[in-house]
Parts: sequence; C-alpha cells; structure tokens
Amino acid sequence: MSSAGASPAAAAEDSLPNPLPRPQGELEALERVWKTPRGWRIFSAVNNTTIGLFYIGTALLFLVLAGVLALLMRTQLAVPDNDFLGNRAYNQIFTMHGTVMMFLFAVPVVEAVAVFLLPNMLGARDLPFPRLSAYAYWAYAIGGLAFFCTLFFGVAPDGGWFMYPPLTSYTYAPDSGADWWLLGIGFIEISAIAGAIELVVGILRTRAPGMSLAKMPIFAWAMLVVGAMIVFGFPPIILGTLLLEIEREFHWPFFIAEKGGDAVLWQHLFWLFGHPEVYIIFLPAAGMVSMIVPAMARVPLVGYRCIVAALLAVGVLSMGLWAHHMYATGMPHLSTALFSAASMAVTIPTGIQLFSWIATLWRGEVRMASPSWFLLAFLATFVIGGLTGVMLAVVPFDWQAHDTYFVVAHLHYVLIGGMVFPLFAALYYWAPLVGGRPLSERMGKWACALMFTGFHVTFFPMHITGMLGMPRRVYTYSAGLGWDGLNLVSTMGAFVLAAGVLVVLVDIALHLRVAGKVRANVWDSPTLEWLPADDYGFRSIPRVDHRYPLWARPSLADEVDSGQHYLPGTATGGRETIVTSPVEGRPQYVLILTGDSWLPLVAGAGTAAFFLLLTAKLHAPAVLGALVALGAIFRWLWATDRGATHAPVDVGDGLALPVYASGPQAHSWWAMVVLMLVDGTVCASLLFSYFYLWTVTPGAWPPAGHALPAMSSAAAAASLWLASSAALSWANHLLGRQSSKGALALAVCVGLACAVAALCVQWQGHAQNGLDPTVHAYAAAVYATLAYQALHVVVIAIMGAYTLARAFCGLLAADRRVTFDNTRLLWQYTIGQGLAIIAAVHVLPRLAG
Amino acid sequence: MQVSASQSAFDPAGANAVLIDRLSSVLYIGAALIFAIVMTLAVVAVFRRASGVPTRAWVLGGGVAIPAVVLTALLAYALAVGNALSDEGPDCGTIIHVNGKRWWWEVRYEQPAGAIVSANELHLPVGRTVKLLLASDDVIHSFWVPALSGKVDMIPGRVNHLMLKADKPGVYRAQCAEFCGAQHAFMAMLVVVHEEGEYERWLEREARPAGSSTDTQAQRGAADFTSAGCAACHTVRGTSAAGRLGPDLTHVASRLTLGAGVLDNNRASLAGWISNSQAVKPGNLMPPIKVPVETLHAITAYVAGLE
Repeated sequence: MSSAGASPAAAAEDSLPNPLPRPQGELEALERVWKTPRGWRIFSAVNNTTIGLFYIGTALLFLVLAGVLALLMRTQLAVPDNDFLGNRAYNQIFTMHGTVMMFLFAVPVVEAVAVFLLPNMLGARDLPFPRLSAYAYWAYAIGGLAFFCTLFFGVAPDGGWFMYPPLTSYTYAPDSGADWWLLGIGFIEISAIAGAIELVVGILRTRAPGMSLAKMPIFAWAMLVVGAMIVFGFPPIILGTLLLEIEREFHWPFFIAEKGGDAVLWQHLFWLFGHPEVYIIFLPAAGMVSMIVPAMARVPLVGYRCIVAALLAVGVLSMGLWAHHMYATGMPHLSTALFSAASMAVTIPTGIQLFSWIATLWRGEVRMASPSWFLLAFLATFVIGGLTGVMLAVVPFDWQAHDTYFVVAHLHYVLIGGMVFPLFAALYYWAPLVGGRPLSERMGKWACALMFTGFHVTFFPMHITGMLGMPRRVYTYSAGLGWDGLNLVSTMGAFVLAAGVLVVLVDIALHLRVAGKVRANVWDSPTLEWLPADDYGFRSIPRVDHRYPLWARPSLADEVDSGQHYLPGTATGGRETIVTSPVEGRPQYVLILTGDSWLPLVAGAGTAAFFLLLTAKLHAPAVLGALVALGAIFRWLWATDRGATHAPVDVGDGLALPVYASGPQAHSWWAMVVLMLVDGTVCASLLFSYFYLWTVTPGAWPPAGHALPAMSSAAAAASLWLASSAALSWANHLLGRQSSKGALALAVCVGLACAVAALCVQWQGHAQNGLDPTVHAYAAAVYATLAYQALHVVVIAIMGAYTLARAFCGLLAADRRVTFDNTRLLWQYTIGQGLAIIAAVHVLPRLAG
Repeated sequence: MQVSASQSAFDPAGANAVLIDRLSSVLYIGAALIFAIVMTLAVVAVFRRASGVPTRAWVLGGGVAIPAVVLTALLAYALAVGNALSDEGPDCGTIIHVNGKRWWWEVRYEQPAGAIVSANELHLPVGRTVKLLLASDDVIHSFWVPALSGKVDMIPGRVNHLMLKADKPGVYRAQCAEFCGAQHAFMAMLVVVHEEGEYERWLEREARPAGSSTDTQAQRGAADFTSAGCAACHTVRGTSAAGRLGPDLTHVASRLTLGAGVLDNNRASLAGWISNSQAVKPGNLMPPIKVPVETLHAITAYVAGLE
C-alpha cells in the first residue's frame, strides 16, 4: 500500500487510536493466543478461518457428490426406455440429488463463506460464538456424510426432496428411507439455525468501531437478511418434519385424510420454508456479486441504499410466496392471483439489484479476470431464470409448466445461475485471502467457459422438453414423444458442465495454498477483509469511517498491521474481539472468546449419532449419543459466563472497555432472543397447523366424538403457568439482592414445580376425556401442542438445574448473571407459549362454538 | 409406442390449452426481448470505457418503473385468462370421475342409469364441455393432458374439478404430473376425443357387460381367470369377477394401450403383461402369476377377447 502523501498521513497518524512503537512482545502474545493448532489437532480448532475452510470444503464435497448423482440421472435419461438405473435406484438418486444440493450444499456453503469472510469483512477477530460455529460444522459434516451413505445401502429416501405425504407416510413408505430424510434433515436444520444465530449476532454486534449499519458491506447486509430468513423460514419445515416423523412412528394422523388430516398441510409447511429457502440461497450470492462488481469495476457500487432496501424487501416478500408452488392443488383462483402478484413483485427488488450492478459496471473500467467472467455467466443465466420465474408466476402458464422439465430448467437457471456462478466468482475473487495467491487465470477462464456452455446446453433444451409434455421425476420415458433428441443433448451438456467444475477443483488442488500471514490485496479491493491478516485476524481492529475504507484511506493497511488501531494485542491474555452497538458501531465491551477445544467436535458427533442411531432404531446407543452431546455442551458452557475477570481494558483512543456485560447489552442475550424467535416461529407453525386443520374440518371443532376438558382445568393450568412466571420473577429479585442460594433454589424449584403441574393438569384433562392422538387429526394436533410445551418444560428444568448448580459453585452473582438471564428469557417465553396454547385449544373453540 | 398421440402443450387441441398457448407466446416473446435488452446493456457496460450514467434513472427506471408497468399489465392479462379457465360455465351435463391410483387411472362415466366404470383411457366428445372430478384413493397424483389443458392435482380426501373442452377429434396422451412413487414414470393414458355422435355410441358399447366368446381356448381362459386369482383384483362385468383393486377389464381389449400407457395393446404384449408385468413395470401392484403355459395362453385368449 502506498501512502497518499506526507501531510495527510502525518495528520492521520496523530489521531490514530494507538501510538507507535508497540510494546515488546505484544504481537508475540497475540500470535500465541490465536495460533492455529497443527497436525491432527487442527480438528480442535474453532477459529472462523479454519472452520470456514473446513466448512467450504465440505460443502463443495457435497456439490461434487450430488453432481455425480446428477450425472447418473442424466445418463439414465439420455435415451428412452433406458435400463441403466432401475426405478428404485433412480427415485432414490433424484431424491438425494435435490436434498443434498439444497440442504447439504447450498445453505451450508453460503453460511460457510460467511463464517470464513464475515469476521474479517467486519473487522472482528472471530465470530462471537466460535465453538457454536465449530459445533454446527461438525454436526453437519458428520451427519451429512452419514446421511449420504444411506445411498450405498439402498435405504436412501425415495419420496422426492419435497417429501409429500401420504407417499412418505407409514402406509406408502414403510421403509426407513423417509425416516433418514426426516431425522437427517431435521438436525441439519439445527446446524443451519446455529449458524444463523452466530451470523446475526456477529453482524449486529462485532463490527469494527465506527462501522455503522450504513457503512456495512453489502455482503454483511445480505447475510443479516438471510440470517433473519433462516430464523423465520426454517421453523415451518422443522415443525413439518417433526409432525411427519410422529405420524410415521406413532400414527398420529396429521396428513391422513380419512382421519381428519390433510396432505396439503404438509405442502404449506414445506413451501413456507421452501420458498424463503430459494432466497436464502440467492441473497448471499447477490451479496457476493455486490462486493465483487465494484472491486472489478474499480468504482463504488451504484445505489447502495437501494440495494439494502431491495435485500430487505426480498426477505419480506419471500415469506409470502410459498403457495405459488401449489397452483395445481385446486386453490381458489383469487388466492392464486394474490400469490401470483406477490411472486411477480419480487422482480422489482431483483431488478433494482440488477440495474445497480449494470450501472456500476457502466461507470467503471472493468478488469476482465476470472471473477468477472463468472459474473457475466451469472448475469446471463440468472436473467433467464428470473424471466422464466415470472412466467411460472403466471397462474395459467404454471398449470401447464408445473412439475415438468420446464420447471427443472427454471430452477437450475435460478440456482446454478443465481448462486453457483456467483459462488465460483467468489472463489476466484477471494481465494487470495487463503494463501496470498490468486488461482490460475487460465484455468479460471476455461472453467467458466466450460461451465457456461455445459450449463446452457444441459438446461436450455429442458424448457422445450417440459412444454412437449415431459413431467419431472420420471425414471425413464417412452420413445416417440419428441423428447429423445433433447434429452440426449441435455445429457451431453451435463458432462461438459461437470468438466468445468472439475477444472476448478484441479485449480484449487494445484494453486490454493493455506498460509498464516496473508497480505494480498491482488484486486485493490476496498473492504476490510483485504487488510493484512493472520490467525488472529488483523493486528489491530480498524476504526472505520467509510463504506470503502481501503480506498478512502490507502494507509489503513499499514496502520492496522503495525497495531495503530484498536486492541492491538491481547488485553486479558485470551482471544478477544470488540463488541459494538448494533446500529452505530460504538465500542461497548471486550468480548473474551472461547478458544480451541475438542468439545464442539465431540458434541457435534454426539448430536449426529443421536439422530442417526434413532433413525436406525438403536435407541440405547442413541440416548448415549445425546448424553455425550449434552455433556460436551455443558462442559464448554461451564467455562463461559466468567464475569468481570479483569478491570476495564484500554483498547486505544483512551477508551477503557469492560470485559463483561449482561442484560440486553450482552451478545449472548441477543443470541437468546434470536433463538426465541426461532422457537416462537416453530410454535406459530404448530398453531398454524392446528388452525389449518380446524378450517379443513367440516362441522364443529372439536369434531364430533371429541370433547374439550372443563374450562376450570384450563383456568387452573393458566394460573399455574402464571405462578411459575411469578416464582421466576421472585428468583430474579433474589439474585439482584444477593440473597441466599437456598432462597434462590427454592424460588426456581417452586417455579419448575408449577410448570410441571400446569402441564400435568392440561394433559390430564384431555386424557380423562379419552382423547386418543391416533384417532383423529384434532387429537393429534392437541397432543402435539402439549408435547411441544412438555419439551420446553424439560429444557427449562435442565437450564434451571444448571443455573442453580452454578449458583452453588459460586459462579452466579448479581453482577455475573448471563446464565440466569438466558434461563429466564427462555422460561418466560415458555410461559407465554403455554398461555397461547391454552387460548388456542381451550378458549377459541368455545368462542367459535 | 405405436399409437401416435401428442403430449405437447405446443399443439393445443382444447379450449384451455389454446388460451394458455396464446398466453405462453406472449411470455416467450416478452422474455426474449427483455433478455436481449438487459444483456446488451450488461455486455456494453463491461466492455466499453468507463463513463458516467444517470444512476438514479437506471436503478429506479430499469429496476422499478419498467417492471412495475410490464408486470401490472401481465398480471391483468393472466387474471383474465385464469378466470376464463376457472369459469365453470353453464351446468354441463357430462360428468366424468377420474381417480388416480398407484399407477393407473380409474375412469367412471356418470350416467342416468348409474356410472360406467372403466380404466386407463378417457373418452371425450368433441366440442362439448365436460366436467372432470379428480380424486385419489392413495397418494397425490396430478391429472394432465397437455394438448387439452393445464394440470390439476388429485389429492386424497379432496375432489378437484377441471372443465375440459376438446376442439379436435383425435388421440392425446395424459400423464401423471405429481411424483407418486415407484412407477410415476409409467402412469399415463390415452385420451380419445370422438366425433360428434360417436361418443354416445362408444358409451353405449362400454356400458355393456362382457360378451361371451365362442373360442374354446378363451372359454377355458374365463374359468382360469378366476382360478388363477385374477378376479380377486379385477372386475369383468357380466361375470363373477368383481375385484376392485386393479383396473376394470370388461372392455380391456378395445383399449389402445396396456398397463396405463406402457405397452401397445396386442396379443403378444398382453401375454407378456399377464405372465410378468413386473418385468415391464417394476414395482407395480400386480404380482406375477405362476401358472402353466397353457393356462397363461388361455387367460390371454380370454382377456384379448374382452372387447
């Protein structure tokens, strides 16, 4: 970096947060604390750069695996009446292709890129919960690979990635395939949510001082919106998988028509998730494009504010489009019209982004390197995908095109065009961050050309094949329907596309080196991630006063790297980063981060083992897995919430920051709130299902043959929930007054006892009426709400016991109370949920009846 | 397949399909134009020298104003077409039930004298609107005859309907469009659109019970049909065979295809299907029957005579 002239640089130096020279040993201490473990111990690393690389590598592995499945399918479909794969194998393979691409590649890879890039982009040393990202990664990697291996044993799911019942319920899919899907995907969703919490809190609370929301890089904005979308978009499918698995295992008939259920309920739950999912995949890619375009065009992005507004608009709109996957289910035409309008409306925020990029390219002098070629591939492909998307939003057109190869073409234009091409642009653009060197330009251009050609040769003909009448998900087809030639062309294209991906992999294998210290702003990019970095991130945390800090202040790299900005060493002898206020980015406290540990790996393996062994019906080992996971998690939690172990530390600029915070300022309070939003959305999805079943049930609710318990029992339960809440408030009061541990324990135990009693009263009321969950969807839905509430009571009991254990070990006090606060948040949430359930089950049917 | 039957939305032969085809042409042309304009801008932007642009006009004009105008117009047009397609019109006399099964179709023609049950072939009169009532007894299927209309799902516990009017006599192909398990790929059938007047004659023939044969082999086959277990699943009206699990076979020999559109219907394919349909359509619910060759020939002769 060249300095921009003597006098401004000198003037700037005067006002930098920390002076030169830095004390002896400061850098060495920082290096020691952040050193990435070597050899096999690397698997205990939790730092975002290490976990991020594992994460990206694993996601790319799943891209290759699912890509191989696609080649098998294309080989089978190359000619009519082919017997290369039978129907059994084909149905498993197409199900796994979709499932693996969506759940094990697309969502993980965008989270992975964010885990790798965001801390540096925001000027943080790491994400706020490094062990949580490590845990999310290991659960995903171990569980995902085991899930994939079901293919080799012929027990993979074969009901499609959309898993529509009744085809996937116990009558028509008695084998374990559907269980592998439901439980396997169930916990990969948990991993996605853990990642989302990490990213949302990281983006809102660990930005460099001065980086207000208005100066935040667009990729961070995109990931913030995506994090929120995961929070609200994943719960419906989590609930759906739970209900379907309960239906399969215990025969509670949520989706079985002859017992009052409805198969379409699953479609609502699935697409309430499934459509936001598409944007969860696309928005990060759009965010990457918004980072790469200005860097390659060498001018600031046009329309920053418009793009942020567009990202937010897509996030909101995407929640209201789900039913455009269901036009053929016989919905009233007016409803389809509303969803049609909402689907078309997405064009506008997407159009804003598109024209902002084009305008930026127009203003700049574009450097034609590999990332730029991939961006062009993206633009051409994605625009076609968007246009066919508008076509499919048109209801009558969709009645023809739905579930045909036209849709197969469209979704690949959107997903490969909208996500994979930007991802490969990003790989070529950001690869120098890993080892200081770019990938091969020659191979990059070849890869792009092969992928682009292969892609369009494969997928463009499918638009026509679909309109010629070829449905999706057929393992073969008869000759003479006009589909033969087009299918052969598609198959040939698929292999060219695969060759392009192979070139990228070879390029990575040959040219990607992992280095500790990296100083390689090869594109002269403007954002923080291009500052010189090492295991610890940056030597000092930059003060940011511009959207493009490296362009605005060419001396920044040298200043940061010589330790002249904030927190140039380790203030407490541990890993640290600065927590800032969510909007303005004002420094608030120093967050002492957790370090490397085997516990996340153990907990991840335990979690994966629990779900997988449960699916294999090995119940005892499954419980063992769960205990291992819980043990590891509590072991690592025990060492957190350390209180104010140090006096406030000087981070520079005369700022003395505390090293502990509690209440709404604490980062973990924010994480808990995000978790509660997830939880609340699962509960809302459950109540949605309950009300949905109500609306499709003709006649009274509860249906004939079912009765409500006396209102007095509901009133008793409600009073007990409120008593539990009061007891907890009393405990809160006691903690604040430093009262005796015995009194605190009494208050917590009374609260728990009230909660358990409330639950028992409700359960008893229904059981006395002879309500049997296997008889009717009504009963199944009622017991499902109770079971969900019971799960919460178990969780608050565990958290209450853990909190008390800390109190008795002297780890809880009026000024060291994050553990208690978090328990309290979830507890009060549970009370609210309990009351909502009583209102839905007991009060509303009486009002309506 | 020997029978040539179109399954293409590009060759509309029914009122619904014609409307959608017209709408589709507008969409294709519009999309091609927009693509050409956007890509020209993008490519020029990348390869020309840097220069200023009125950014606000670009972002708000290209991103907001133009799409808003174009899409509003499109939405209005689409709604109009959708309304026309959903319009039930005057109460139409002809009602046909189509039930999706794994992996075939039960077709029932509602008649004053009671429904005529048939399977795996749908017969329609030309130029008359027919109301199809679509349902399923097992999993979700989707009824789709691209040449005549868009698709409608067949969902357990629900009855969806589709108003269908064929404009041209001929044979069209239908195929299940919702993944429904092992043999989703071979859940098809032909839709035969009859000339005016011919439809009633066909119905009248279809309503008759099976005739008896003078061929001795076929007469033996009639007995074997029951003793070999076929009658447990299949109905042949006018005989004791009254099974309901498989397709009604009363007039199976007059159908154009076998196995829900898998095979052309001839003596050889019929013999192959009866002896081991699993080789033709793996996973279908008809078990292979293990009988001596003569019995097989006799059953084949009997079924081939059920015209």
